[in-house]
Order: sequence, then structure tokens, then C-alpha cells
Amino acid sequence: MKQYTIDPVTRLEGHGKIEIFCNDDGDVENVYFQVPELRGFEKFVEGRPIEEVSQIVTKICGVCPGCHHMAAGKAADMVFGVEPTPTARMIRELFYSAHFVHSHIAHFYALGAPDFVVGPTAPKAERNVLGVIAKVGAEIGTEVLKQRRIAQEIQALLGGHQTHVVMNVPGGVRKGLTEEQRKDVLAKAKGFVEFGKFSMKIFNDVVLANKDYVDIIVNGPYSLKIHSMGLVDANNKVNFYDGKVRVVDTLGKELHKYAPADYREYIAERVEPWSYLKFPYLKKVGWKGFVEGQDSGVYQATPLSRLNASDGMATPIAQEEYERMYSVLGGKPVHATLAMHWARLVELIYAAERAVELASIPEITSPDLRAKIEKVPTEGVGTVEAQRGTLTHHYWTDERGLITKANLIVGTTNNNAPICMSLKKAAQGLIKKGVTVDDGILNMVEMAFRAYDPCFSCATHSLPGQMPMVINFRDMEGNIQRQVKRD
Amino acid sequence: MANEKPKLKLAVYWGAACGGCCVSVLDVHEKLFDVVANADLVFWPIALDFKYKDVEEMPDQYIDVTLFNGAIRNSENEHMAKLLRQKTKILIAYGSCAHMGGIPGLANFTTKEEIFKRVYEESESLDNPDKVRPTPEVDVKEGHLHIPHFYEDVMTLGQVVDVDYYLPGCPPQTERLVEVFMAVVTGAELPPKGSLVGGAPRVQCDDCKRKKSEKKGITRFYRPWEVTDDGETCLNEQGILCMGPATRGGCGVRCIEGNAPCRGCYGPLEGIPDPGAKMMSAIASMLEGKEEDEIDKAIDTVIDPAGTFYRFSLPGSILRRKQK
Repeated sequence: MKQYTIDPVTRLEGHGKIEIFCNDDGDVENVYFQVPELRGFEKFVEGRPIEEVSQIVTKICGVCPGCHHMAAGKAADMVFGVEPTPTARMIRELFYSAHFVHSHIAHFYALGAPDFVVGPTAPKAERNVLGVIAKVGAEIGTEVLKQRRIAQEIQALLGGHQTHVVMNVPGGVRKGLTEEQRKDVLAKAKGFVEFGKFSMKIFNDVVLANKDYVDIIVNGPYSLKIHSMGLVDANNKVNFYDGKVRVVDTLGKELHKYAPADYREYIAERVEPWSYLKFPYLKKVGWKGFVEGQDSGVYQATPLSRLNASDGMATPIAQEEYERMYSVLGGKPVHATLAMHWARLVELIYAAERAVELASIPEITSPDLRAKIEKVPTEGVGTVEAQRGTLTHHYWTDERGLITKANLIVGTTNNNAPICMSLKKAAQGLIKKGVTVDDGILNMVEMAFRAYDPCFSCATHSLPGQMPMVINFRDMEGNIQRQVKRD
Repeated sequence: MANEKPKLKLAVYWGAACGGCCVSVLDVHEKLFDVVANADLVFWPIALDFKYKDVEEMPDQYIDVTLFNGAIRNSENEHMAKLLRQKTKILIAYGSCAHMGGIPGLANFTTKEEIFKRVYEESESLDNPDKVRPTPEVDVKEGHLHIPHFYEDVMTLGQVVDVDYYLPGCPPQTERLVEVFMAVVTGAELPPKGSLVGGAPRVQCDDCKRKKSEKKGITRFYRPWEVTDDGETCLNEQGILCMGPATRGGCGVRCIEGNAPCRGCYGPLEGIPDPGAKMMSAIASMLEGKEEDEIDKAIDTVIDPAGTFYRFSLPGSILRRKQK
């Protein structure tokens, strides 16, 4: 038995290791994706006051701290049986939209894009965001960095801290928005919409215009037929901040739709001795092993699964892109792992459009920031969509509001079993007798992982040296101020 | 060109961390071009594809500067800290976790056994009748698998290797990183080894814009639902517990600007080994009453004092952990 080790997996947030076992014929026998760490937040938040927890749990993840802040903040509202004021709710969701913009830009350009813009088997020293900038040119690179900076600035303004946001208090938020700030955020959000469209254009020009790429997305070793989870609003449209959890099966039929507080009826977690990360699955279906298909208990919670589990997007441009994606990929649901990148861009546009909608509401500047708390604290569940999947925080407190127990099911944890399975399929498709297993091949195995924690990868060598593209910089009225071209 | 200086070799690595420190590096934004004009990034798992093997193959002292973020929670963290120490000229403990233990250091209020029991045996969504636990060495059908040993205690970086500089914050304010980076690039004289860099030699209150009166008037502290912040007056004076008086400046009072009280991520000023004791004395000086029972009564209204005063600093403080 020959063993290949990828340690650590790279271009993602956090630690991970891949062990690939090949039999004597050179074929892949099994693949293990191991998470080598545990920090134990569930335990050490015990004894902490519930109003502090939303600021402690941001430190679970520094790339999506806003998600933990929101899930814990919503749980804290429920602990006190209080609804945030309409203004607070709008400010939270506006922040959250900017959070998606920042994170989806970072993942798309810095973590995923190197695999397809620079190339999956390019030298590893170039296969990174700097290589992407070298390829697309400094001007576009600067624009990418600038848009992400603006998203961070909006988060700092609304969230009180550009990374580890501190905005939530039970029943509301700590800080309001002035009219001047609202106008400024609105102008910036309109810029996000243009940038989202531009990013989609890059995807079109570089990936979809290339038959090899499309072939890899649809027919390559990167597909996994499992169920899809996502938060939906009352019209079954994708929503990041609130709604019901909907699960559709591998054929696209609704399997479950439940209030987040009922999660324990639908989700259970399994422990394997070789990883510190647990493996959630659909409880009513049961754990059937690391297997795909309609009978499997495994589900994914990703940008793609959110689109699969919904009936569409709540904003117009995102909806158009949603329809285009499913029309090109042959209808819903899509099981092509690499299509997660495409779905992520549809979401980037939605987040931008949603930010425009929210910043356009004059009442968002109302000083009515906090609802009055009158009930004795007990127990609360908060669920949001994190960029990497449905995120649930559950807290129990004593009558003083000190946490007695906590349970967390974190975005990426949902995808633990799917990631293991995707890696195995990719390895089986790529590593065979006669294939030299080098850095490039192993990177292509990693690409199956990156798709979940975003990536934008495609396994082909036929990459155009120059990407033809046009970027239009528009002002608030939509007039073109400046155009950058590459051909 | 003869006068062209060789580029700095820079590494960024994480122990028990959240990734926020790496994001703070990315938050140089457009200045990224200046950074890469002056430095080659030779290892940075969040963004680059270099593996552990690549680091092992580097000669000793090959890396000029390593920003090590995250606490030491397991054997892999410690191994990598030692490896990077060996390969690096200037090792910087970057961020609260490497500096003082940070939020993961709150685990020192509990034990490894309690954490494992909670996560792998008691958790409400768990289905684990056989009480399976992750195990460092496991034999599977195809061969042998290994995951790191989870330690009893969380440690700071300085507790396992020799650290050259400490750059505080959760995460460090990016401007402070750029200042330190430019000092190294330009060959400016660096402070003595072991110094804290990128922090201000004053407490948060000195930078805070909120109104502070000299009158002592606190009788108790309040929970959020018992008080409405006026947005202008010193939080402590309003009875909203703020760690500002016991915390080093340098962050730009960012949380307080967001109307949230400081929780001490920049750590205490130099020479103060115990931020909790410092905060207790700061509170005592703010109280209206000076009688012991009045002080006790006021302190009793601080809910979770240990978890608040040592929010970011338990492993690095003189306490290090809760007595077992």
C-alpha cells in the first residue's frame, strides 16, 4: 500500500491534512481528510454571560467572524425572548451583506482563482493571489483589493471592528447609522453590484468560454450526488440572515423544511476516531456511511446547495444569473462540486443587491436601536447562513443569563463528510497506474476540497495566457467613468 | 544592480487561531503591492501552497521574519513553533493568542477531559453511543493515521520557544503591522529582543474620546438590559464594565468607537503580569464608596470577573490556568 500525504492543505482557513492510500495496482483505495485541531468553544463559553458570547465566538473564525456574531446574537435575542427593532434588524442585515461581499471576494480571488487563472499544475510558488494579479494585471488587481477594502470599511462602520465585529446586543445593535453614512454605504453598495457583475464576467470569459473547463465541471471527477441544505425566506428564496432551513434531496425534491430551533430533530453528528471534526448527517435518513446517492444521509451546505435548496434569488440580477447557471448546467439540482464557484458569484451579486436595497431604506437611520428586555433568560437558538454553510448556535443559560451549556454546528462542519467523499472521488479520478503523482496532481486533489471553502479551480492545461476582458468603472448613476481593457 | 537589497523572506503561520490575524495581513489592501515589492512570502498556508515539507527543507535562519499567530493548543502547534523558530531570524508572536493565549486560552478555565466530554459525549446533537473519541494514533483498514495530541493546557508562543517580538491585538491593527514591517525593511534600529512592538505606551483611556469626569461615582455595574449607553460618557462611569484602564492602547479604541466596552485584547502595559489585579485596582479607584463592604458589593455586580478580566490573557498571566 502506497501512501501520499498532503500536509497542510492550503488556501483555506484552518488546518487540514489529506492521506491518500493506493493499492499495489496504483489505484486509490481510500482517502482520509483529517482535521487536526479542536479548540473547545462549546465548553469554555460555559460560565460566560450570554451578552458577551457573540463577541467571544467571532474568534471561532476570523474569515467569517460576522456569521458567528450574528448566529450568537440571534440566539441571545431568543434567550431573552426579544425581537430586535426593525432598524436593528436592517442594520444587522446590511452589515451581513457587506460581510458576504468581503468574504466571497477574498475566497474567489485569493483562495480559488489561482487554480484556474494561474493554472492547477502551475509552479506552486506562483499558484496564489499574487500569481493571479500578475496574470490579470495590476489595475484589475488593485480594483479587487479596493472593493474588498470597501467591504471591510463598511463592516468596521456598522460592526464597530473591521474583523471581530462587536455590534450586537440582545434585542438590537449598539450603534446606529447617520443619514450621511447611509448615503455613503449606498454608493459603495452600488459599486459592489458592478464589481459582482465584473467578477461574473471573469468567470464567463475564463471558465465558461473554455470547453475544457466546462467539461471538467460537468464530467470531471468533481461531482457528488448528495442532498442540499440552505436557509430560505417565506418565498423559498435564498436568505443569509433569517428564515427556515430547507433540505432538498438529490433529485431536488423538498425533504425537510424546519424552523432553525428544531435542528436537533433533523441533524445528528457522528464522531470518527481519526479526526477532531464531527460529521453531521440527516438524522431522519440516518448515517449510511460515506456514500452518495438518494438514500445517503449526507448533505452539503454550500453556496451551491443554498441555490439548489431554494426556488431562486430575491434580487433581480442575481435571479437572472441563477436562471442562467441552471440553464447552462442542465437544470436543478446541480451536483458538480466546482459549480460552487459559480453559485458563490451569484451570491456575491445577491449580497451586493441586498446591500443596495437595505441602504436605500431611509428608516435604517432611525435611533430605535434596541428593544426592551423584560423576560428572564433561558435558552435560544440562532441560525444564519455562513459563507460556508448553515450555521447554528444554541445556548442554555441560568436565570442570571450565564451560559450553562452550548452546542454549535458550524458551516464547514456540515461539509465534513462531503469533503472527504469529494477528495476520494477526485483522487480516484486523477491517481491511476502510470500517473506520476507530483505536486500538480496533488493540487488537483486539493481542488475538490477548495471548492467547499471556495475555490475556482479547473483541471486543464489549456489556459489562455491573456484573459480578454473589459472592466467598466461606473459612478452612482451608472455612467462609465473609466474602462480597462485587456485583449 | 549592485545596490539592490535582497528581498526579505516572510512567513505567516497559525497555531490555535481563527484566521483573523491572517485576514489582518490581507487588510494591507492596496499596500499589498508595497509588501511584495519588498518581501517574498515563503510560507503562508491560508494563501500559498507551500507545505510543511518545504519548510523542513529550508536552511536554518532562512526566513527573515515569521509572523506566528495562534496559541499552542496541541503537539502540531508546538512542533511548528519549534520548526519555524529554527528557520527564522526574527520570530514575532503576532496577535493576542500567540502573545497571551487569546480567546482559545479561555480553555484553561476548564480541562482537556471536560472539553472532550462536552464535545464528543454530551453535545445535544451528537449520535455517539460508543463514545468514540478522536485518538492521536489510529489504525484503519488501509494503514495508519495520525492526528496531533491535544494538550491539557493552552500555552502562549513565548512559553514554548524564544520569541523576538510581541505584536499584540485580536487581530493586530494592520497599520501597526505595516509600521513594524517597514522598520525591518528599512533597516531601522529595532528595539531590544523580547520587546512588545506595535502597541502604545499608554492605556486605552488615554486614546478614548468619551467624556470622563474626575468624580468617583460608581456604585455598581450593569448588564446591557439594565442600562442605556449615552454614546458619549466613559463606559465605566456609566456602570458598563470596560477593560480600557487595564489595557494597552494601539488599536485605535476600535471596539469603544463601536460602543462596545474594551475586553483587553492588546494586553496590559509592560511590567504588569496580572491584568485582573490591575483591573480590580482600577475598579476600586472608580468606586464611590471606599469601605470594604461597599467595594465587595460593587465587585459582586461584575458578572464573570475572571472570564472578563482574563478574556484574552489567561495562559500568559501569572494564573496560567484554573486550579484543577
